[in-house]
Amino acid sequence: MTAISAKPKVQAEPAKRVQFDNALLPWLFLLPQLAVIVVFFYWPSVQAVQSSFFIEDPFGFGSTFVGMANYADALASREYRRIASFTAVFTVLVTFLSLAIGLLLAVKADAVIRGASAYKTLLISVYAIAPPVAGLIGMMFFDMHIGPFVQMAAWFGWNMQVGLNYFDTAFAMVFVSVWKQIPYNFIFFLSGLQAVPVSVREAAFIDCKNGWRRFRTVTLPLLMPTAFFLLIINITYALFDTFGIIDVMVKDKPANNPITLVYKVYNDGFRGNDLGGSSAQSVILMVVVFALTIVQFRFLEKRIHYG
Amino acid sequence: MASIAIENVVKTYAGGNTAVHGVSIDIKDGEFIVLVGPSGCGKSTLLRMVAGLESISGGDVRIGDRKVNDLDPADRDIAMVFQNYALYPHMTVRENLAYGLKNRKTPKAEIEARVAEAARMLEIGQYLDRKPRALSGGQRQRVAMGRAIVRKPAAFLFDEPLSNLDAKLRVTMRAEIRKLQKRLGTTSIYVTHDQLEAMTLADRLVVLNAGRIEQIGAPLEIYHKPASTFVASFIGSPAMNLVDARVEGGMLWFGGVSVPLAGAQGPVTLGLRAEDLRLAAPGEAAVQLRIEHVEELGAQRLVHGMVEDQSLTIALSPDIPLTDTLPIALPRERLHLFDAVSGKRIETRVPAFA
Repeated sequence: MTAISAKPKVQAEPAKRVQFDNALLPWLFLLPQLAVIVVFFYWPSVQAVQSSFFIEDPFGFGSTFVGMANYADALASREYRRIASFTAVFTVLVTFLSLAIGLLLAVKADAVIRGASAYKTLLISVYAIAPPVAGLIGMMFFDMHIGPFVQMAAWFGWNMQVGLNYFDTAFAMVFVSVWKQIPYNFIFFLSGLQAVPVSVREAAFIDCKNGWRRFRTVTLPLLMPTAFFLLIINITYALFDTFGIIDVMVKDKPANNPITLVYKVYNDGFRGNDLGGSSAQSVILMVVVFALTIVQFRFLEKRIHYG
Repeated sequence: MASIAIENVVKTYAGGNTAVHGVSIDIKDGEFIVLVGPSGCGKSTLLRMVAGLESISGGDVRIGDRKVNDLDPADRDIAMVFQNYALYPHMTVRENLAYGLKNRKTPKAEIEARVAEAARMLEIGQYLDRKPRALSGGQRQRVAMGRAIVRKPAAFLFDEPLSNLDAKLRVTMRAEIRKLQKRLGTTSIYVTHDQLEAMTLADRLVVLNAGRIEQIGAPLEIYHKPASTFVASFIGSPAMNLVDARVEGGMLWFGGVSVPLAGAQGPVTLGLRAEDLRLAAPGEAAVQLRIEHVEELGAQRLVHGMVEDQSLTIALSPDIPLTDTLPIALPRERLHLFDAVSGKRIETRVPAFA
């Protein structure tokens, strides 16, 4: 205890606080934002939780309360567990690869464009391409008739059959998902790198000869707030926003294809008309993501230095 | 510790702009050299070339007996103190100090000893476990100095290290830097645009203008014998008065008054320091200064006025009563003459009084 109390007290910077005369006014300002969250997030969530306890009649004539049976069914199903493990592998691969490649490109670009603003604008303009367009282009790469990647694979004797072969489809899914997310990560990493003060880099130049060590001990720690933000964004992306890519790849194809949990929720609910089961699955997913985010904030964020 | 030789160093940027035109400075071991000049004169560029943060377009830089042109900054055995401190924000003060040593594989015990010594010298011992964010500007500056000291380098390079501090702290830190450098005896190059800082710190001053050396010399030598009108107006506060005058037949004419003078002919620029001018005694030859405005500095009073159509500033004791016009005597021994065209100093002799 004495050791702690002997430490000099760090003066906290005074927080800037806006004062309102009327207690109602701040809530009024918040109202539009709250309304959006309630309508598009809380309300559907509550509905999902509610319907997950019922079995719905396929024709919409009525529903029966079944308690936890929907959850039990989902978790007991071998298919569900297989898809869950694919989702985990898929998420880890997509998140890791898109972050790593995005960072690598950003570091390389940063070395070239320090100060050259025209070049910077040129690189960042990639970001202006709409993601669905990028996704569509990516999928055309793997088209069995015209896709250049399928042809390239053929040179090495790989008969790539996206939509038919489980592994080939998974490969294409990961590839396109990563490819589509790289520009996003690149932009954030690049701006993060550009925010590292020049003089700090120069001081590191004088203090440390080894470039990799310099990057690891000075640049990377200063980049951690950006990386942490991107980690959460990328996990969410891999879990949810890859829906469109998966849909284009496996829709109207034979059944033996890899899909993620989100796609299964859609399949069971809107194709199979099993609203109760699909609701239970989405609630499970929600809990998993919630737990994941808490873990990240509790254990990772503590190690991050915010400038 | 080592001498530094800067030999005909040139810096040309990719666009063809030349920032430094063939500068040569010989710096002795343990010397404190101050590079001073207005912004854009190339002083920082020169320092950064010595540090290795800018490539050298021409000429050589030697630290000790090594040519360092192509060495990495980390291999040059220099330490630099930056204007905005450039501390590593994610490391504690202790880690900041130790970082450069750790990367050089200094033994742990040695690092600890050096950090403790530097902390004691700079009185930052109680902040060692803080992050830079929790320190004041002056404390950060000390840590930046400490980071340089622990390395025990051949040379310290200072890039306007006091510019971000307030005026009072600047004076204290100035004195501390000087004391520290004397004590450690480390060769130092210090860049500043503040002539007062330059005068007080330097063993020798290097006055730079537009990428060229105007003058090298001890501070007082430069103050008393500025090599050009540029140096004359840059060093000393208030700036030296520079007025048009004529030399005819061994007499210098200014403001209707003549002073015997040899060694020049025709139109010249006459330099008069405000503090060298004094009120003329009754009957003494004097120029008439019409007072325009007065700055009260407390210890002295700066009187700005006109002699004929040229402006002149004079420093007077506040005890002297002011009238609309003051008779000012020209200090025969303290006249500076410069070529009216090139601005270069003209050596003159004041003939003995008849």
